[in-house]
Amino acid sequence: MSQTAQPKPVADERVKEMSSFRRSLIRPELGGICGTIAVFTFFLLFAHDSGMFNSQGIMNWSTVSAQFMIIAVGACLLMIAGEFDLSVGSMIGFAGMMIAIFSVTLGWPVWMAILISFVLCLAIGALNGFIVIKTGLPSFIVTLATLFILRGFTIYFPQLLENKTIIGGIRDQAEGDWLAPIFGGKILTGFFQWLGDNELIATFERGTRQGDPVVDGIPMLIIWAIVLVIFGHVLLTRTRFGNWIYASGGDAQAARYVGVPVNRVKVLMFMFTAFCACVFATCQVMEFGSAGADRGLLKEFEAIIAVVIGGALLTGGYGSVIGAALGALIFGVVQQGLFFAGVESSLFRVFLGVILLLAVILNTYIRRMITGER
Amino acid sequence: MKSMIKSVALATIVVAAPLTLATTASAEGEKYVLVSHAPDSDSWWNTVKNGIALAGEQMGVEVEYRNPPTGDIADMARIIDQAAASGPNGIITTLADYDVLQGPIENAVASGVDVIIMNTGTPEQAREVGALMYVGQPEYDAGLAAGMRAKGDGVTSFLCVNHAIQQPTVGERCRGFADGLGVDLGDSMLDSGTDPSEIKNKVLAYLSANPETDGILTLGPVSADPTIAALEENGMAGDIYFGTFDLGEEIVKGIKSGVIQWGIDQQPFLQAYLPVVIMTNYHRYGVLPGNNINSGPGFVTADALSKVEEFAGEYR
Repeated sequence: MSQTAQPKPVADERVKEMSSFRRSLIRPELGGICGTIAVFTFFLLFAHDSGMFNSQGIMNWSTVSAQFMIIAVGACLLMIAGEFDLSVGSMIGFAGMMIAIFSVTLGWPVWMAILISFVLCLAIGALNGFIVIKTGLPSFIVTLATLFILRGFTIYFPQLLENKTIIGGIRDQAEGDWLAPIFGGKILTGFFQWLGDNELIATFERGTRQGDPVVDGIPMLIIWAIVLVIFGHVLLTRTRFGNWIYASGGDAQAARYVGVPVNRVKVLMFMFTAFCACVFATCQVMEFGSAGADRGLLKEFEAIIAVVIGGALLTGGYGSVIGAALGALIFGVVQQGLFFAGVESSLFRVFLGVILLLAVILNTYIRRMITGER
Repeated sequence: MKSMIKSVALATIVVAAPLTLATTASAEGEKYVLVSHAPDSDSWWNTVKNGIALAGEQMGVEVEYRNPPTGDIADMARIIDQAAASGPNGIITTLADYDVLQGPIENAVASGVDVIIMNTGTPEQAREVGALMYVGQPEYDAGLAAGMRAKGDGVTSFLCVNHAIQQPTVGERCRGFADGLGVDLGDSMLDSGTDPSEIKNKVLAYLSANPETDGILTLGPVSADPTIAALEENGMAGDIYFGTFDLGEEIVKGIKSGVIQWGIDQQPFLQAYLPVVIMTNYHRYGVLPGNNINSGPGFVTADALSKVEEFAGEYR
């Protein structure tokens, strides 16, 4: 929150005295922090010997959490600005398919396909925002329409052009491309090779990769997640624009009266959400080498769930990017952790629902403590 | 603060209850994980679950079933990574999308986990990723055989109800069927979605728009059950030539009453059961069959239905 960022003012009778302990405790992230501790404690107790906390296991749930984080950052900022985007999942499928169509079907260089997909996504994001602003309709409905339109195109185009719903071969196409490794590459490979050589992490036992470490680097997906979280956090808490986001979501009319360009803020946030979805899609396509019409199914809800677990308010004007990132971490760890712990996989949704409910209840109490409402 | 501690405690209890159940159910011995590409909503895979459960019980090994809840193949790749990290003796998995799953499966093989490909994929792909073998039904060939059979029965045009349009291997059945009939696939493949009432209404709409259609192919219970309902509603049941892939309770009833001419059974039970048995024996005694195993296609018609009927949806 921006208030905590400013230097402590000199004693002012209008400001209620509050101990620094209490001040540090009541933050939007508190629920997320407690949840993270609880979840890790739980899995350390129940799944410590299942491979969940060896290098491969850690990389597994980190990658899944990083995926959630990327879309959660966008969804978080948009939600604080008072709007929803339900088209995130479809946008992921659409962006991936565009990259595949431009690069594989049309044979364009991969960097160009990626850039064009980003331009398309940003344009669709802007269109979402524009329609919401101009019509005054709830963003819920507008982006629900976009959800169907984009998903429909994602199925239609590849069937029209390639007569199938999964387009592969992007990995070969991306060979030697300068932009592709920024999304699909891995860094610190030398460091992990060194760890493997010194038997600090496990190595492959057989096959062509014998001797290679089982984890051979940090995927760029995780780097993107960290960069986006830091960017979002700084934007929200350290800049004037961040205050505008809070103001737009808190009370748009009041914000307009004091000169906040609410429309511009909202459209930009829709574009940022679309950008995050496109980053997600590009990383996925570059890693797996194919784009499918079913990619990103239900991801919009997963993003919203992560944001809500992280303490943001569905009505806007309140929340934090760090909270959303912790929400994504909880989501990822629980999802993969349940597999490690050997829980029947059809129960996953039950756990998800329970955690969501607990997080929302917890966050409501914390918010009441902060705002003093009864 | 107190309420928070309470809710955390509550969470632990709620989360821990089924967990203790799950852990007590596991047996001693080898551990095998089956990873499928099916979303939670696909009931057909229940047979697979029963198949590995039975094999696990009979062989005295621990078995687990995993799937991506929404059927997203990229999520499935993560599950294979996860399964490999949890250190089982073997993984049984489908190859729903070769590009996506190739890497995770190769890594699992390289880290010392044996892999058998079941259900979806081809014997060639299974060999390329380093799997021990492939157990399943070659989809295109099965569709082709069905198409030739339908042609022999006098079918000239058809509707293919595809409830899994995002899965290329399932679509292969339609393509094979069209080639077997000797007609162009064209617009005959209907993207039906997975919602029963949507499927039913789409089939009704297609048939009233294309009244000359004289054959229907459905690709599983998900599309077959609503199609049966649709045909009963518009009076075409028993009149139009109707074949389906896979079996289920409604399909068996349909075959019995003459609404469905035949069902193609790829015998998913074997696809789940055999890999567990094969790998257990391989790990215990080092014996391994030398070839891939075709679990299907087998045509199930009105004759010899009793066993099928008894176990439909459970083991058939």
